[in-house]
Amino acid sequence: MSKTAQPSRLVVTGDSRLRLPRHIKLRHDKGRGKWLILAPERVFEPDEIAVEVLKQCDGERTVQDIATILAAEYQAPVDVILNDITAMLQELADKGVLRS
Amino acid sequence: MNELAPDTVIEATPVNESTNCARAPIGLLAELTHRCPLQCPYCSNPLELERVNQEISTADWQNVMRQAAELGILQIHLSGGEPTARTDLEDIVETAAEVGLYTNLITAGVLLTKERLQKLRDLGLDHVQLSIQDVDPENAHRISAYKGGAEKKHEVAKWVRELEMPLTINAPLHRQNIDSLPRIIDYAVEVGAGRLEVAHIQYYAWALRNRAALMPTREAFMKTVEIVDEARERLKGILVIDFVVPDYYAKYPKPCMGGWGRGIMNVTPSGRVLPCHAAESIPGLEFDNVRDKPLAEIWLHGQAFQKFRGTDWMKEPCRSCPRREIDFGGCRCQAFALTGDAANTDPACSLSPVHQEWAAIADKEAHGKSPELIYRRMGKAPSAPAKN
Repeated sequence: MSKTAQPSRLVVTGDSRLRLPRHIKLRHDKGRGKWLILAPERVFEPDEIAVEVLKQCDGERTVQDIATILAAEYQAPVDVILNDITAMLQELADKGVLRS
Repeated sequence: MNELAPDTVIEATPVNESTNCARAPIGLLAELTHRCPLQCPYCSNPLELERVNQEISTADWQNVMRQAAELGILQIHLSGGEPTARTDLEDIVETAAEVGLYTNLITAGVLLTKERLQKLRDLGLDHVQLSIQDVDPENAHRISAYKGGAEKKHEVAKWVRELEMPLTINAPLHRQNIDSLPRIIDYAVEVGAGRLEVAHIQYYAWALRNRAALMPTREAFMKTVEIVDEARERLKGILVIDFVVPDYYAKYPKPCMGGWGRGIMNVTPSGRVLPCHAAESIPGLEFDNVRDKPLAEIWLHGQAFQKFRGTDWMKEPCRSCPRREIDFGGCRCQAFALTGDAANTDPACSLSPVHQEWAAIADKEAHGKSPELIYRRMGKAPSAPAKN
């Protein structure tokens, strides 16, 4: 019935350029003093690292780029950071929070 | 990553903190009207539907939106009845978006045009939840008493995606359509939905009237669990499936509304503010109106909100139960409907003294001959109860 191709899972790698779709809103909630992600019939509470990562997801930078930036900022090995954030971003992608 | 708090009945993830005092609500269910072209026999609206001349004005709803944002509410669920039956939906959406609320349209879709949907999107509508009665048009017609609904909904789903809006398909599940579940899942993927709610219906109000016609057997229910588990794995990253189980086959009750007066409030078409959409079925509760009092005052101090907030109201076995702040004793409305006391444990709980008897009735009804459907209609609620 549909002309569009079958949708497929977004698999996050170091080369992925991710962004938040328009309907996903990362915002700081003043009343609660927290960062929140507003999504369809969902509210997520990202931790500090997730907020840092998501702010960098502009559709231009790759996950590898973001890992490099964070590695410098937190003085941690880049491969460890890359591993961690890839897993976290995959989890968010599976929840529909990110797209490439 | 944690989900912040209970957002809908389905998304009830309790957060472990003191529960006796109010905190800011997360979501507001705005029942803009009880008018609806469909007549689904499991409608979540009360048996006594509010009429068009009781409905509050555009300005009243806009005021609710502004107050909701100030109160800390994050998401507005524009519901009904059929919310698109209100010609001022655009004005309400516009105000909600202006004050930063995440707007969700819960619709049957049949009254929409593509132009109107586009306008709503341009005014800031964030998400569309479209209900379907079945993928089989004939059966959908029979369930909703609305001809051509399935075809129209399919078209609406297509428009939502063409307009690049996120889409949830909501499929209430019951004895009359339970065998269609695999096709419902395929349908959700095919129309490009990001989420599917497979929601076994909850047996209050209209659905309770129709229980014998709608209750699936335990075997049929268990089959749906398997189907959903398999589909979730297969469709990971493509379709998020939320699954609501029927209370009758649960071991523990659901944390109804994520706990009474804890994360969600409901405003009826006439402006009455309820802790849940069925709360008017409980006698002795006093409901304030948005036209009389500020929303914050109602949330914090309203008699109906305070009555079952937290755990102080509980009796045994809830009072000493280690799960008391997980499920909050289940559903107050169901406890009242089935035991005559809203402070009793929800019969959905295996610790309720009437649980066995209650589950046996469901089982008997599910295996018996299905009676005729009693359709949701305006006017005096039908008095004939479903046969046991």
